[in-house]
Amino acid sequence: MAKTIKEINERIKKGKAVVVTAEEVIELAGKKGVRKTAQEVDVVTTGTFGPMCSSGAYFNFGHSRPRIKCGGGTAYLNNVPAYGGFAAVDLYIGATAIPDEDPKNSVFPGEFNYGGGHVIEELVSGKDVQLVVTTYGTDCYPRDKLETWINIKDLNEAVLFNPRNCYQNYNVAVNLSDKVIYTYMGVLQPRLGNATYCSAGQLSPLLNDPYYKTIGIGTRIFLGGGIGYVSWNGTQHNPTVKRGKNGIPTSPAGTIAVMGDLKQMSSNWLKGASFTGYGGTLTVGIGIPIPILNEEILKYTTMKDEDIKAQIVDYSQSYPQVQPGSLGEVNYKQLKSGSINVNGKKARTGSLSSYAKAREIANILKNWIGKGTFLLSEPVAPLASADSGVTFKLLKERPLKKSRRK
Amino acid sequence: MKKKRVVLTFPPDMIDQPITYHLVKEHDLMINILRANITPKEQGRLVVEMIGKKSSLDTGMAYLSGLGVEVQPLAQDIKWHEKKCIHCTACISICPSGALNVDREEMLVTFLKDKCIACELCIPVCPYRAIEIQF
Ligand code: SF4
Ligand code: SF4
Repeated sequence: MAKTIKEINERIKKGKAVVVTAEEVIELAGKKGVRKTAQEVDVVTTGTFGPMCSSGAYFNFGHSRPRIKCGGGTAYLNNVPAYGGFAAVDLYIGATAIPDEDPKNSVFPGEFNYGGGHVIEELVSGKDVQLVVTTYGTDCYPRDKLETWINIKDLNEAVLFNPRNCYQNYNVAVNLSDKVIYTYMGVLQPRLGNATYCSAGQLSPLLNDPYYKTIGIGTRIFLGGGIGYVSWNGTQHNPTVKRGKNGIPTSPAGTIAVMGDLKQMSSNWLKGASFTGYGGTLTVGIGIPIPILNEEILKYTTMKDEDIKAQIVDYSQSYPQVQPGSLGEVNYKQLKSGSINVNGKKARTGSLSSYAKAREIANILKNWIGKGTFLLSEPVAPLASADSGVTFKLLKERPLKKSRRK
Repeated sequence: MKKKRVVLTFPPDMIDQPITYHLVKEHDLMINILRANITPKEQGRLVVEMIGKKSSLDTGMAYLSGLGVEVQPLAQDIKWHEKKCIHCTACISICPSGALNVDREEMLVTFLKDKCIACELCIPVCPYRAIEIQF
């Protein structure tokens, strides 16, 4: 019998909802069968905790006396440049921004010890952060310089807003060249010395709802330790990639844009990360509840690590040069075992996304729902799915000198 | 027989001297070089395992100190900050000694100090700077 989100919420309020994690549901369905499990279970919780570029936060720091306008000037938070080109005292700090004076890769490989991701982590943890604004004065905003400490508790609004998070599946990165390479997939040893991956597999939110049948715009989620929402599809959303017979994409596919009140979040679940030779980013914790509306939706949540496949990609040549071609397909059970076979060679595996933390998030969310403090929301619009025709395009370059503006 | 893992730091002018030879020959020690890092005109670092009688180890160490070689026990060299670790396992695929290891059930990472050969390969790998060299 099909259920509705409204009915599930009624049960959550009464403390009667049956909530299990995306790991527990596998075992449960194995014992009781899909049909019975779908009748019994109301919600399956998922989780992921990994480095997610295209993350950042915006906030309003309040008007100074006299007034100042960041727009048209420059703004720095702990020496990291923030974007202020949209108002007077609103700023957006991006996760991959780094201080102007960072040596970057001029001493290779650069360390990138501090960046926008670390600023967000420090803000969230309640630490004071330095703000320096330099701009031009106007009749209504006369001031041209501001130097002050700010603290999250004094900000008017502080919102985490990540235009692309939660990748549905990802590549497995290897290095076929003769030298060590430093990538956003970590340090890759030469000649297939190791392999890195970045997904929580069977716990990962979008892999548990591969066709976005329940996750849509407006879905309430666990975000950075607080409550957030899916606000749009993520950038590079690519729902039409090849899928297995089980419906699960076998390469990077869907993404979501998420937002939520930064003031409720915690530095346990938002961490600045430094990728040697590459740059900084933010590691974000996300958990999404999946309402078990029918058997089909339940069935998707019972997919195991061995049912989820990913492509092995060479990051020394094919990734940077955008040459198509996979060195093979492996599943997450193999990846999690500690080694995989690539081109007849055994490569040891390491993950960038923390499975232990993903499990913790799925359990926290399960707890919140169990206690009745977190209700499910009805999406207000769906995400483009496999039949949408939406694809992720490469750039068609039109050199500035030769072509005219159309 | 006793075993000792130490980090030897040589001043630049001593890099070309047959020190390990003397340790073997005159102090009756077995020397296992775990890692060598020598750059011309700079100081050299050697991570070695010395095996021998306690008395031989003592005289061997005294010989090295006398030459101006800095001797540090290896275990103090690398520190893993458990609180900073998010248990991602990125370091697991490169640690050659198994010092950084993961419980595959719990997917939690631990650091076994005794196994660490201070190769430092994990240092640039950890995005949270949870592993640190301590001098
Ligand atoms: S790379 Fe760093 S954070 Fe990840 S498991 Fe190793 S020590 Fe922990
Ligand atoms: S220094 Fe790091 S990589 Fe090398 S053995 Fe020790 S823990 Fe492993």
